[in-house]
Amino acid sequence: MALPLDKIMKWKNLAQTAASRWPGRVEVSLDENRLTAHLRCSPDDLQGVCGWLFFELDYSFATLVVEEETASWSFRYIFYGDLGSGQVHIIVRHPLSETTIPCISRLIHAADWQEREIEDLFGLHFEGHPRLGDFVLHEEWPEGVNPMRTSFDSTRVYPHRESEPAWGPQTIVEAAGAFMMPIGPVYSDHAESAHFLLETLGEDVLRTIPRFFYKYRGLEKIAEGKSVDQVLLLAERFSGTSAFAHSLAFCQAVEGTIGAEIPKRAQALRVFLAELERLRHHVAAITGICQSTALAVATSQASILEEKILRLTCRYLGHRYLFGLNIPGGLSLDLTDDTCKGISEAGWDVLEKLKKLQGMLRFTSSFLDRLEEVGMVSKDKAVSYGLVGPVARASGVLRDLRVVQPYAYYGDHLKFYVPHEEEGDGYARLRVLFSEAEQSINLMHQVSASLPAGPVKTRLDPAPGSCLGWVESPGGATFHWVRLGEAGRVLRYRVMTSSFVNWHGFHLAAEDFAFQDFPIIMATFALSNAECDR
Amino acid sequence: MTKWVWKGLQTGIKTTAYPGSPETAAGVSPGRPGWKDPVERKKIMSLMDLCPTGALRPTEERISMDYRRCIHCFRCRRFPAEPLDWEPGYEWGEIVSNQGNLGKTFSNSLHIRIVDAGACGACLSEIGHITSPYYNIHRLGFFITPTPRTADVLLVAGPGTDHMRLPLEKVFEAMPAPKRVVAVGTCALTGGIFGKSFATRAGVGEIVPVDVEVPGCPPPPLAIIHALLVTAGRKKPPDAPSYPGTEREEGRS
Repeated sequence: MALPLDKIMKWKNLAQTAASRWPGRVEVSLDENRLTAHLRCSPDDLQGVCGWLFFELDYSFATLVVEEETASWSFRYIFYGDLGSGQVHIIVRHPLSETTIPCISRLIHAADWQEREIEDLFGLHFEGHPRLGDFVLHEEWPEGVNPMRTSFDSTRVYPHRESEPAWGPQTIVEAAGAFMMPIGPVYSDHAESAHFLLETLGEDVLRTIPRFFYKYRGLEKIAEGKSVDQVLLLAERFSGTSAFAHSLAFCQAVEGTIGAEIPKRAQALRVFLAELERLRHHVAAITGICQSTALAVATSQASILEEKILRLTCRYLGHRYLFGLNIPGGLSLDLTDDTCKGISEAGWDVLEKLKKLQGMLRFTSSFLDRLEEVGMVSKDKAVSYGLVGPVARASGVLRDLRVVQPYAYYGDHLKFYVPHEEEGDGYARLRVLFSEAEQSINLMHQVSASLPAGPVKTRLDPAPGSCLGWVESPGGATFHWVRLGEAGRVLRYRVMTSSFVNWHGFHLAAEDFAFQDFPIIMATFALSNAECDR
Repeated sequence: MTKWVWKGLQTGIKTTAYPGSPETAAGVSPGRPGWKDPVERKKIMSLMDLCPTGALRPTEERISMDYRRCIHCFRCRRFPAEPLDWEPGYEWGEIVSNQGNLGKTFSNSLHIRIVDAGACGACLSEIGHITSPYYNIHRLGFFITPTPRTADVLLVAGPGTDHMRLPLEKVFEAMPAPKRVVAVGTCALTGGIFGKSFATRAGVGEIVPVDVEVPGCPPPPLAIIHALLVTAGRKKPPDAPSYPGTEREEGRS
């Protein structure tokens, strides 16, 4: 892979630059194989170093991994940059008795929800954070219960406290006639459980306050102490509509801990299947958008395509949602070259129909009226909230992990284009979905035309260590951090998903638009609550 | 708008003939492990070790399936040299309570309320497909209703998360009798791989009384339709019990 020279030099010079700024206070070690820099600093310098990476060096914030070690807390702030800029991990250690650390979300708003989550689940305090308190665990959980602490017994059902009868959500809008409209968590159709408090003065939604984690299944906690094979099932099944992407990220993290070499054929097929999943995800999202605008025939057309892809997947790969394919070390199933060609041929047929559908939608004014200039997210806001995936790309933020941090079979030999738009409205998001679906079919075709020969799996014995796995899931950048102990047991599993990140920024789009736009804006974001709540 | 009408007419009928005649199109169901002919004890044990959820159980000289635990991981099919038989099909709905089906009054029309109790999205996606052109439950007189007050059937997916306990209880209480609860997917039946923990229950049966179960991870749309037909008394549950044990036998109608 040819890396841009200026970027790589910058990455290599991180140590010198950091040494000149914080003499003797920031310790830098470079891992050339993984293109990862580790910066160790004290909590006092944390904000400065994070701000430097985010604002001056243009790194994006990926995730914050907190680990409870025997004598100290370890905070790992993971950043990633453009192609050649690699990754930067800022590591801060803190004695166990010390539970307060400076917050970085005042500088980097993308870290806001992650700090709130960690405060709620670990009982750690982020100094200077404006809004801590009940987040993942709702008000019926007593204060001081921190499920992610190692001392917490995850196997028993926890007794609840009675919620206070007078409890009600805080309102922000104070004006004559202002009221709060609750939506969810149970909807009139098959929508996922989530709750929104919409503050309004009649027609327009002024404030959107999401209340999530109705589907919190404690994924990160229940994975602890389980074997890699068991956690693989969790990784695959916590978000069924992007199962392949998540199982791939987990497998890559496990493979990374021991530096295993994965057969080329497995890598190529993984790309093939990941793109097939992206295609299905995007067609489902398009169905959702048509449905939200009550365009019945278009909804039917899109859902016919979705079912076609599901049947195709099931026929050749055994499962309609690509379960049971990824295993650490490769794939559980080999596809013949003819099967791959068959699937990508069927892909062309889907593409032709998608293009026809897009052509018809483009000239349906009642449909466009609901999408154009509705649910806008500006580029500045998208950067500040660290939005990812099609949502970010519709606002002109291009950072696709397939391009900037190539993994599996992605790289110079696969030619594709990352679709992007500038408007940041619902229609821009729809156009990005259509173009990405086209690029996915194009990628599937390229892979099936040049499939390397050889085995699809290699034997892999997990060893103690830790590693980050990442994929560009259908919804955007996804990170799985895994620490393995003896006998292949998972000690810490951290999952950061695209839906979690993008739900954080959802209110930007939903505010200042009318009530009836709300479901449409939600559909154009195409987010999963299962993926967000974990 | 005429172009859309024309487009719809051009597309023709896509809908399955099921339950009039079986659906034979490829890829409508992932199938599930089948009964294996009598085999050596050693082989049975090696297959059982592969099963991560204990869905495979040894009985005498054969393997029995607890489909309520099967999560379609395909480990019993892809890993051993002699894989387990695989059975196609989708008629998986089973009545598990003493209440039986809803009876004649409801056999031509059911109103369904859907609640997500922590599902991963795949079950919900399959539930969504029962109203899509390929499956279209409206032709069967089945409708998804926006309010529990007019619902006859509560369709629940997911293991039953702690935070959804109260909403789920409230929906169930708001439904008028007679009513039936259909649990969709392995998570809803046994908690699946999430199992019993501080955040989830071992299935929604711990929160509301389940009457009909649809195993599968996820069960395909046809399996969900079969369960609804069973609930309405228009289809019989499968002949072979999906798991050994007699405690549930009484309730089978």
